[in-house]
Amino acid sequence: MKKLSARRRHPLAAVVVLLLALAATGGLYAAFAPAGTAQADETAQSLAIEEGKKLYSVGCASCHGTGGQGSSDGPPLVGVGSAAVDFQVGTGRMPAQQPGVQVPKKKVIYSQAEIDQLAAYIASLGAGPIIPTENQYDPAGADVARGGDLFRTNCTQCHNFTGEGGALTGGKSAPNLEGVSPKHIYEAMQTGPQNMPSFPDSTMPEEQKKEIIAYIQAVNGEKASSPGGLKLGGLGPVSEGLFGWIFGLGVLIAAAVWVAAHTAKAKKS
Amino acid sequence: MSTSTASDDKNRRVPAGERVADWADGRLGIYSLAKANMRKIFPDHWSFMLGEIALYSFIIIILTGVYLTLFFHPSMNEVVYHGSYVPLQGVRMSEAYASTVDISFDVRGGLLIRQIHHWAALIFLAAMLVHMMRVFFTGAFRKPREVNWLFGFLLFVLGMFTGFTGYSLPDDLLSGTGVRFMQGAILSVPVVGTYLSMFLFGGEFPGGDFVARFYSVHILLLPGIMLGLVVAHLILVFYHKHTQFAGPGRTNRNVVGMPLLPVYMAKAGGFFFLVFGLITIVSAIATINPIWALGPYRPDQVSTGAQPDWYMGFSEGLIRVMPGWEINFLGHTLVLGVFIPLVIFPLVLVAIAVYPFIEGWVTRDNREHHILDRPRNAPTRTAFGVAWLTWYFILLVGGGNDLWATHFHLSINAITWFVRVFFFVGPVIAFVVTKRICLGLQRRDAEKVLHGRESGVIKRLPHGEFIEVHTPLDQADLHRLTAHDQHKPADLGPAVDENGVRRNVGPAEKLRVKLSKGYYGEGSQIPKPTAEEYNEIAAAHGHGHEEITSGKH
Repeated sequence: MKKLSARRRHPLAAVVVLLLALAATGGLYAAFAPAGTAQADETAQSLAIEEGKKLYSVGCASCHGTGGQGSSDGPPLVGVGSAAVDFQVGTGRMPAQQPGVQVPKKKVIYSQAEIDQLAAYIASLGAGPIIPTENQYDPAGADVARGGDLFRTNCTQCHNFTGEGGALTGGKSAPNLEGVSPKHIYEAMQTGPQNMPSFPDSTMPEEQKKEIIAYIQAVNGEKASSPGGLKLGGLGPVSEGLFGWIFGLGVLIAAAVWVAAHTAKAKKS
Repeated sequence: MSTSTASDDKNRRVPAGERVADWADGRLGIYSLAKANMRKIFPDHWSFMLGEIALYSFIIIILTGVYLTLFFHPSMNEVVYHGSYVPLQGVRMSEAYASTVDISFDVRGGLLIRQIHHWAALIFLAAMLVHMMRVFFTGAFRKPREVNWLFGFLLFVLGMFTGFTGYSLPDDLLSGTGVRFMQGAILSVPVVGTYLSMFLFGGEFPGGDFVARFYSVHILLLPGIMLGLVVAHLILVFYHKHTQFAGPGRTNRNVVGMPLLPVYMAKAGGFFFLVFGLITIVSAIATINPIWALGPYRPDQVSTGAQPDWYMGFSEGLIRVMPGWEINFLGHTLVLGVFIPLVIFPLVLVAIAVYPFIEGWVTRDNREHHILDRPRNAPTRTAFGVAWLTWYFILLVGGGNDLWATHFHLSINAITWFVRVFFFVGPVIAFVVTKRICLGLQRRDAEKVLHGRESGVIKRLPHGEFIEVHTPLDQADLHRLTAHDQHKPADLGPAVDENGVRRNVGPAEKLRVKLSKGYYGEGSQIPKPTAEEYNEIAAAHGHGHEEITSGKH
């Protein structure tokens, strides 16, 4: 205690107290902050379209209109197809939480069965891209290298070299593709959600989509490795520069301070 | 050794080491060299080791670079990749790119050496900048060290371009975009731009030459010049002797510290290995420039997040925030949106480089300075330095505007406009604020000298008054806080000479006097306490509450 009170007036005391206070506040917040756990129950369904319509009236109609005709708050859904529904609802983008420049990915609140019902209902409103089957999007066996070339030609402008995402104008952004399932990547290419252009089969055949998915999985998927160590977000020179300054030069300056502090001269009493 | 010639004194067995030293001395004169330099004194302060970090990382870069040249093919011949990195197998690429991927995956230790080379380069440039700022803020650039300041500055600029030509060599999609950026800037030069571009690339961009050309520049021309400058830089450090901070026993005519041998040989040698070790650890932990993930360069492809390494980041900021202006005149286009940033780019660097000469001109200070300033005691200089750093940092923000946008959920347009405004406003605000802070710190120093340090002990006097006990500073601290010079502002002098004739004062001199008033005039420095003030207050303390605090002594 004596030691502590002797250092109370140390020039760095205020900094230490501030750091401790920040750490305590942050820790307490992390410990006690409420975590939302809203989950719709699964229900048995009879007719998918019938059930989907019910779900639609509750969760979607306020913005997209009672018959999918759209309103000032949401676009019409006639002809968007089941693939669009599966992507938007399956990645948690829909139902939207609040209007903004872009609807972000968030926790999925519908079960896959409910999403299928919603998709069936929307598909019944007008023909559009349908949810792909597994043999359409499964990247197993596809040519990864060709996928890389296609990715760099069509996708990197917005999604970055390895699909880490990037900024668009006015606060919009292209999302990070890490952890996005092959089905959802396929659907995104097929339907072109939000700011993304669509790549229908006429411009990008199924085989090429598979190759792109295979490439994303290879460089940014669960099994992707980073041979050089920490990949620092995969964001390129900016994050490397930040890391170099803080952990490279920072550590070296700390070492310099340490060396200078351990000098041959007699210590001041 | 046993076969060497007999020594002069045949009766005495001379140790082998001595005989080798004698041999060398007879040919190289090492004894007088050692005698003159072994006891050379260097002062001790951690900030004097920043330049060492730069020097050692430069050595590390050279060592690792030599290893990389053994495996790198500086050629743009097209090949099909068949190495061990699966996502590139079968892709067409230049030999330069293929050999870099091979270095990363198929050469023993190649990836680690590549990463050490690149991390050391980032740290080299960062250490040079920090070292330069140490020199700047402590006024170590003053006479007689102006030339060495320029040598250091040149090293920083050459380091930037060595880095640029280096990271462009692998011919990957990221660096290729950077080279395209550079080519665009060259094209924007009026009249000669297209010719320059054709000359540099041996035809249309990218052509088949630039990797080989950059390679010569990167491994021979620029490092050669830099090595020469580093040697000159160090010779001048020896010749001028190292600066030191004010302290007891330290004057402008001595250096207080420890001898080169053995203390600094051991410390510097040890520190080299520390730097090498720590950079290696960083390189083993974190990846840098994963060119295999970027893909080979093709002019028809581009990625978002295409930025240069940090030391070129401010040029990226200039180009990103510049409005896309252009002038069309008689079928010729002047691309101001690119040309103006190209002109400002060197100006940003020159602004800090010429400052010592501007200060020298304003102050007309021709004395030698070996005692460093504390930054607060040179408020105008410190404020200028912080303003420049602010300017530089704002441009870096502009260069990374997309990542600021995605990571802080901001609009990239808003960030761009922020940078446009603060490019002009930021340095001014930084200048004013820094100057005020410096003056505040000077006031605090004066207060500390006269009244001592706040002890945190509150005493209650017999009549009920509470006072805080101040402990007087010791002699060394008093000296440290009052050792600096305080200059008087220059004066234009009388308007007329002794004969009543109007004196002719040129506009340059008028400007100089005005600036000098800004430096040292009213409100630009806090008069440091004089001995009389100190004695007076010390005496007053004797009559006042000194008796209460006397228990502390």
